[in-house]
Amino acid sequence: MAKLTPKEVLLNPVFNNNPIALQMLGICSALAVTTNLNTALVMSIALTLVTGFSNLFVSLIRAQIPSSIRMIVQVVIIASLVIVVDQTLKAFAYSLSKQLSVFVGLIITNCIVMGRAEGFAMQNPPMLSFLDGIGNGLGYSMVLIAVGFVRELFGAGKLFGVTILQPVTEGGWYQPNGLLLLPPSAFFLIGFLIWGLREWKRDQVEHNQFKMAHQVRKEAF
Amino acid sequence: MEHYLSLFVRAVFIENMALAFFLGMCTFIAISKKVETAIGLGVAVVVVQTITVPLNNLVYHTFLADGALAWAGMPDVDLSFIGLLSFIGIIAATVQILEMLLDKFVPSLYNALGVFLPLITVNCAIMGGVLFMVERDYNFSESVVYGLGSGFSWGLAIALLAAIREKLKYSDVPDGLQGLGITFITIGLMSLGFMSFSGVQL
Repeated sequence: MAKLTPKEVLLNPVFNNNPIALQMLGICSALAVTTNLNTALVMSIALTLVTGFSNLFVSLIRAQIPSSIRMIVQVVIIASLVIVVDQTLKAFAYSLSKQLSVFVGLIITNCIVMGRAEGFAMQNPPMLSFLDGIGNGLGYSMVLIAVGFVRELFGAGKLFGVTILQPVTEGGWYQPNGLLLLPPSAFFLIGFLIWGLREWKRDQVEHNQFKMAHQVRKEAF
Repeated sequence: MEHYLSLFVRAVFIENMALAFFLGMCTFIAISKKVETAIGLGVAVVVVQTITVPLNNLVYHTFLADGALAWAGMPDVDLSFIGLLSFIGIIAATVQILEMLLDKFVPSLYNALGVFLPLITVNCAIMGGVLFMVERDYNFSESVVYGLGSGFSWGLAIALLAAIREKLKYSDVPDGLQGLGITFITIGLMSLGFMSFSGVQL
């Protein structure tokens, strides 16, 4: 593999190698916390920090970890970081941490963190790994915030809890689309986001394993 | 009895792990190309979930919860902050032990599930089930039912998705939507279907 520059490592995951849209990692929590921008933003920051620092620490001790127990070492590092985040949120933003409920704890099993620790930090020096973690966190945040933006704006007519489109119920003109606050809409939005991204970056298109043969019409006689 | 039955039905249909809480999505999407493998993974999740949720419940209520250490003469100790660490440790250990036991005593089952067991450690559905159990304060017998129900709900969802994707292989999907994109939209439609259970009063 060619030598990676820090800038490439940081920015590649945002569009070119997005963790959610291309690597298929970390989708679990991407959907549940996006009903409003506040939780989406907090979740993004939390995940970016955890990924960055777990990559840094894993990379720092990568030469010492015996490969047979590397998973458990990584999990312990990640879990400790998540506990720090969880406790901080409980101390300073209690209502937000209640809204996020179990999803902060689920950062531990978030595939992005594990995937990057295993796939990148085990082979690369600490600084580069840290940047890779932050970059993947940013790629994740981009999707989360885009989805959160659409869901909150059109689902409730608000952004960050501030009314932008006055809903009919409060004497305005906007009829909120309740579907956007329900789980299925998150799947649709991410599906369309992936579609858009792949139309833009054509090389990310997955090819169908099966090619349809052109229909052959036989003459009737 | 009725209480447990309604808890089970709620865990399977109304609060479906995959379709209502989006848990375990990574494996849900990655391993759902074939019905057989999907069912294998689903069964493995049911087994692990049914064991780990009650086990974590025991550990939480004996060691970690606020005041739980009263039996050891330390009523003021609140260890709930290391909950996350011990839950993931217990899950990882259970999966490992289960793998070794199956390998030794039930090789046929091991061969069927073998590949999927390590994957389960990092499956959010298991961790999510455990965390929901703690958050909702289930007691031991409730946690057994909840573990079984939530595991079953995930297995059901992945088997259904795999069946749809097998059919979908032959359809003509626009280039950019191919693969991951169309899978998301399929899951969205399934989740819309499962929403219809949400009106069920139990």
